[in-house]
Amino acid sequence: MKYEDAIKKYDPVIGIEVHVELGTATKMFDAAPNTFGGGPNTNVTPTSLGLPGSLPVVNEKGVEYAIKIGLALGCEIAETCRFARKNYFYPDVPKDFQTSQSDEPIAAEGQVEVELEDGTIVTVPVERAHMEEDAGKNTHVGGATGRIQGADHSLVDYNRAGVPLVEIVTHPITGTGERAAEVAAAYVRTLRDIFRALDVSEARMEQGNVRADVNVSLRESPEAPLGTRTETKNVNSFRSIERAVRFEIARQATLLEAGEKVVQETRHFHEETGETSSGRPKSDADDYRYFPEPDLVPLQPSREWVDQLRASLPELPAQKRRRLLGEWKFSDLEMRDIVNAGLLEAIEDTVTAGAKPAAARKWWTGEVARLANQEDKRPTEIVTPAQVAGLVDLINEGKLNDKLAKDVLTGVSAGEGEPAEVMKARDLEIVEDTGALEAAVEEAIAANPDVVEKIKGGKMQAIGALMGPIMKATRGQADAGKAKDLILAKLGV
Amino acid sequence: MTELTNKSALELAAGLKSGEFSSVDVTQAHLDRIASTEDDFNSFITVTDELALETAKAVDAKRSAGEDLHTLAGVPVALKDLVVTEGTRTTAGSKMLENWVPPYESTVHNKVKAAGLPVLGKTNLDEFAMGSTTEHSAFGNTRNPWNLDHVPGGSSGGAAAALAGFQAPLSVGTDTGGSVRQPAAFTGTVGVKPTYGSISRFGIIAMASSLDQVGPMGRSVADAAALHELLAGHDPLDSTSLPDEVGGFLNAAQTSELKGKKLGVIKQLAGEGYQDGVRTAFTAALETAAAAGAEIVEVDCPSISYALDAYYLIMPSEVSSNLARYDGMRYGLRVEPESGPVTAETVMSATRAAGFGDEVKRRIILGTYALSAGYYDAYYGSAQKIRTLVQNDFAKAFAACDVLVSPTTPTTALKFGAEKAADPMALYLGDVATIPANLAGIPGLSLPAGLAEGLPVGFQILAPAREDVKLYEVAGPLEAALESAGGRVLDTLAEGLNAK
Amino acid sequence: MTESSAITPEQVEHLASLSRIAMSEDELKSLAGDLSTILGNVARVNEVAGDDVPATSHPIPLTNVMRADVVGETLSSEQALASAPAAEDDKFLVPQILGEE
Repeated sequence: MKYEDAIKKYDPVIGIEVHVELGTATKMFDAAPNTFGGGPNTNVTPTSLGLPGSLPVVNEKGVEYAIKIGLALGCEIAETCRFARKNYFYPDVPKDFQTSQSDEPIAAEGQVEVELEDGTIVTVPVERAHMEEDAGKNTHVGGATGRIQGADHSLVDYNRAGVPLVEIVTHPITGTGERAAEVAAAYVRTLRDIFRALDVSEARMEQGNVRADVNVSLRESPEAPLGTRTETKNVNSFRSIERAVRFEIARQATLLEAGEKVVQETRHFHEETGETSSGRPKSDADDYRYFPEPDLVPLQPSREWVDQLRASLPELPAQKRRRLLGEWKFSDLEMRDIVNAGLLEAIEDTVTAGAKPAAARKWWTGEVARLANQEDKRPTEIVTPAQVAGLVDLINEGKLNDKLAKDVLTGVSAGEGEPAEVMKARDLEIVEDTGALEAAVEEAIAANPDVVEKIKGGKMQAIGALMGPIMKATRGQADAGKAKDLILAKLGV
Repeated sequence: MTELTNKSALELAAGLKSGEFSSVDVTQAHLDRIASTEDDFNSFITVTDELALETAKAVDAKRSAGEDLHTLAGVPVALKDLVVTEGTRTTAGSKMLENWVPPYESTVHNKVKAAGLPVLGKTNLDEFAMGSTTEHSAFGNTRNPWNLDHVPGGSSGGAAAALAGFQAPLSVGTDTGGSVRQPAAFTGTVGVKPTYGSISRFGIIAMASSLDQVGPMGRSVADAAALHELLAGHDPLDSTSLPDEVGGFLNAAQTSELKGKKLGVIKQLAGEGYQDGVRTAFTAALETAAAAGAEIVEVDCPSISYALDAYYLIMPSEVSSNLARYDGMRYGLRVEPESGPVTAETVMSATRAAGFGDEVKRRIILGTYALSAGYYDAYYGSAQKIRTLVQNDFAKAFAACDVLVSPTTPTTALKFGAEKAADPMALYLGDVATIPANLAGIPGLSLPAGLAEGLPVGFQILAPAREDVKLYEVAGPLEAALESAGGRVLDTLAEGLNAK
Repeated sequence: MTESSAITPEQVEHLASLSRIAMSEDELKSLAGDLSTILGNVARVNEVAGDDVPATSHPIPLTNVMRADVVGETLSSEQALASAPAAEDDKFLVPQILGEE
């Protein structure tokens, strides 16, 4: 069944698990450095390797960052939480168990506002966020593709083993219909923005410090019970998330249409084809035999600490958008355009530099965007907010009108200097020279007797017809208001 | 036996301090004794003679130079082969780690080194501390110096035999369900299980993390107290390490009185069903204590009846997880399957089949079951509740007395091969008196209290959590009173060994 | 011994697989017997472990033990690999991993 048909017939429910690597100096349970680079197996302590007799000690910064993430997601921060062992065998897991959290996560029950490209807001319910440690890295050697199937052996580097992770799990996300794939990708992007705003992670999907697993299930209708879900791993970009969701929806629909059942399993996403394939079969690995980690004692983050951290949170992207919308009084559509164009910060900075919001918006989304487009650059690459604010100042001071300002802008973006400098250098300032203006006015009056008649006859709009020649004569640098006054004065009207 | 190996650790310390003899003398004497008795006892997996003499020499030099030294500096010690020693193989008594040389140091070994105690070697144990007879070692049985046909106890059998065999004046063992106290009882020596968290577990190969504790052992209460003080203290590398101040144990052992102390006999561990001779010796010890001014009362701790069951659920569960890391990937034994594909999974399975003994496998399987989906609540979950009940019972009991007492074990040292005859539960019953302290985390001590049919009987004292000093406040004067009444238990053995 | 605590060799086989220990038929049978006996006994913990009894996972009640986010001593790769059964390019060489985790 094709995706387009599948999405019409079935109601998709998605769930997303995101793992984010925290940017702490050391690992979660030992003091090995948490950095990129360095030779293999150099950022390790006995605990990183799970050597006999080694023990874990919790990294306070890791807890701090986890709490911040929980707060940013609107979660309750647990009064008491514990670590638990998740037991499974794999060569990149040095203890053959992962120290994680099970029944008592650090944060639970929150929600994230996700804004889609067209401005629609979807609220994604978050079930929990918990702390855990990363595994080492396997490099598969031999075999045709160097991937797991067909490899002769693997080489393991434990530098990454023990790096702090926070896992964020959503409740089933329902009601997204045909926008399910879009919502999934936008949600992860939103989380990424939050992590960066909190400064708890570099949060680059390409580097693997944000990872997403996508769960998809289908049901006949929103009223029907949830269907069987699959979990797809190895989705390494926002685009992949969308593709994976679409593929799964189509694949599962095809099965259901044929009267077959969807198998609950973990699947693997393939970048090259956009398809998912069966990963490991449902096996004993699913019985992780969680139990409280005896080597670590419970954490009871004080309410004072939590409040302190809450107060220290920066304004998050969604909050900021809401606040600015209220302050600037733009329409939703205008706001959406700004956000889509990635100009929110630029406009904010321009307003901070003194410009009125409307003016900032007009210039950034108008002329600056147009010029940038011409040069195949981003608006923020050709001028700075300070420069735009400076330009608007000159207009407000009456030194420039819109047309002149555009020329100035061109000069500024070409690197000729600041707005005031460019204005002078290119001699674009509105002319105050009354003599030149008077001459231009008289010339225009003389050259357009019929227009003059109309003006004298009371048709004030006709003045407009004289502005053209006057502007031309003054190379656009006439002060329109003054010109008008002069016309009226000379005509004795 | 030379004079030097007869002395207690504190006697040696005094002699070293006064210059009567050197640490090299002392260490060499013990190494010689080990060499001449190891065929009989097999207490050691690895003897580190060169390292020991190096340390002894260095300490002697510092002493000559007038440097300030620890009380026990220069007094040799034996370490159970569960204590990680950097650069010296540490086997856990298992084929799995037969040749593993640790690249890092345990906190316990660091403390021993810093204080200048020469380490004679690594003692034999039941594999990964699982067992009560040291018959489960991959390095052969350790034999009880009292009678070579009998076990020395376990899992710290080697550590206890080294003491009773006068091969070492001090030993460091570990106690998870009685593995220091029971061998002490079986060999007529003193063994202590401190409060959980008192001595760092960093570098102690883990068996059951919430139950394991390092245990100082000696031939006298004072010796054990001095060693306990040396080893205890907060360690930031162990999250379960207590922040408490340490001290006063030796002083308490040497200066306390029994007068006015209330000793609570635990009804559930009073000796019903125990070997007759054990009961007799225990009762006699109580009478000695009473004669010295102690008050004997009875306390009721009903939850203790379930302690063994809870232990045999919690311990294997933690074991199953702690021993998962031995998979042939990073260190230790690696075995490929004899047939079929060679994959990570099959190598792990073949390695663990070859590297672990039967008892270890049994406990891993049991623990895996107890933690499985669907069984957690009924087994592991319930067992953790028994822990709460046992702690509550102890708390109530301690409100009525200073310390609690019981025979350390229901019997004296078993003969070799007793396990093969019995069903698994019967063997585990031997730990019935020692297990409750591990479950609750409270400290316990065993000291010798007479003989039963020629083999030593142990008297156990339990104190409230974090009040380890109370153990010594009672054990010290009790030992003195018992020795005054009946002589030192080990002297009987010493005579016998001297005759050899 | 109750019905529910009788463990079969098949169950033991599953447990052995979960815990990655290869076992012979004899071992499976023997362990099934041992486990049944042991579980039959220890299951009595349920007699007193009521819903109102809280579980104790740590014997001594410590909380909030954490360390500062400061780099400590590390092992060199030589030390890390010193006991490796096999190594290549400063990494641990392990047998091929099939598509099961």
